[in-house]
Amino acid sequence: MDNDEERLSLQLELARRLVERLEAGDPGGADEIIRQLRLPYERELFDELGKLTRDLHEALNSFRGDSRLIELTRDEIPDAKERLNYVVSMTEQATHRTLNALDESMPIAESLHERSATLHEQWNRFRNRELSVDEFRELARELDDFLTRSGQETERLKSLMSEILMAQDYQDLTGQIIRRVIRLVQEVEENLVGLIRLSSARMDLPKAAKPAADESASPETRGHGPIVPNTQDAVAEVVTSQDDVDALLSSLGF
Amino acid sequence: MKILIVDDFSTMRRIIKNLLRELGFNNTMEADDGSTALPMLKGGGFDFLITDWNMPNMEGIALLKAVRADPALKSLPVLMVTAEAKRDQIVEAAQAGVNGYIVKPFTAETLKEKIDKIFERLDAQG
Repeated sequence: MDNDEERLSLQLELARRLVERLEAGDPGGADEIIRQLRLPYERELFDELGKLTRDLHEALNSFRGDSRLIELTRDEIPDAKERLNYVVSMTEQATHRTLNALDESMPIAESLHERSATLHEQWNRFRNRELSVDEFRELARELDDFLTRSGQETERLKSLMSEILMAQDYQDLTGQIIRRVIRLVQEVEENLVGLIRLSSARMDLPKAAKPAADESASPETRGHGPIVPNTQDAVAEVVTSQDDVDALLSSLGF
Repeated sequence: MKILIVDDFSTMRRIIKNLLRELGFNNTMEADDGSTALPMLKGGGFDFLITDWNMPNMEGIALLKAVRADPALKSLPVLMVTAEAKRDQIVEAAQAGVNGYIVKPFTAETLKEKIDKIFERLDAQG
C-alpha cells in the first residue's frame, strides 16, 4: 500500500511539474517529465516480454532435443521430393512402354484383319467356283504367305502383350514409394502438432512423436520399398540388378 | 502344382499370376500379406510359395520364417519377388531359408529361370 501511495504522490508531483513546464513554454522539460511518468509501465512491459522470450527459448530448446524433426527436415523431406520425382519418371516410362507396344501392335492387328478379310472374299469366290485356274494359283500362293506370316505376327503380338503386362509393375513399385512418403508426411504432421502445442501454451513437454513405422521389427527386417536414386537409400549397400542378387546368393552357397 | 502368390498390390499379383499361367501353372491362389497367407498355407495343399517382402501386418520375411518354423510347411519352396535390394536383406532371406530371390522390376525370363532352378535343385536333392 505504501508503495502505491508513494507512486501516486510521485506521479502527482510529476504531473504538477509537467503543467509548470508546459505553462513555462519549455517543451524539452515537459518531454523529460512525460518520459519519467511512462517509465514504470515500460519496465512492466519489458519484464513480461523477457519472461515470454525465456519461455519461448526454453520451449524451442526442449523441442530441439527431439532431433527427429531436424532429421526430417534435413534428410527426409528432400528425399521425399526425390522419391516423388522418381515416381513421376517411373509412371512416365511405364506409360511410354505400354504405348510403344500398342503403337507396334495396332498396325499388325489391322494388317492381319485386312488380309484375312481379302482372303476370305477370295475363298468364297473359290467355293462358288468363280475362280479361274490362274486366280486359284494366286489364291493358293497368297494363302501360303498369309499362314506363314500370321504365325510370326501373332507371335510378335503375344510378346508385345507380355511387354504391356510387365509394364504394369510400376503400380506396385511406385505404390510402395508413395506409401513411404505418406508415412513421412504423417510423421511431420505429428511433429508439427507437437511444436504448435509447445508454442501455444506452456503445456507439458511434447511426447516424442512416435515413428510411423513398426519398431518391433529390426531395421534390416523391415521392408523399405524400392531403392530410389539420389536419396539416403543409395547410402546403404544395395544391389542394382538381378545379376548382383545371383552373385551374392551364390557367394552364400546358393 | 498349387502355388500361393503373396503381395499387397493386386496389380503385381495379377502380373505374377499371368506369367505363371504362361509357364503352364494354372492352379494359383492369392493373399495380400503374410497374416492372410499363413492360415491358407497351414490349410495345406500348396506346393510353392511366391512372396513379396514389404507388406502391411506381416511382411514376407516374417512369413518365410514362420513357414520354416512350421513342421508341416518347413520344406515348402519359397521364392521371394521383392523390391527390397539391400544386401543385408538378401543375406537375411538366404539365412532364413529362401529358395530363390528376385528383385523387382523383373522379367518373365527371370521368373521362369528361378522357378526352374528351384525345382531342378529340389529334384536333385531327391
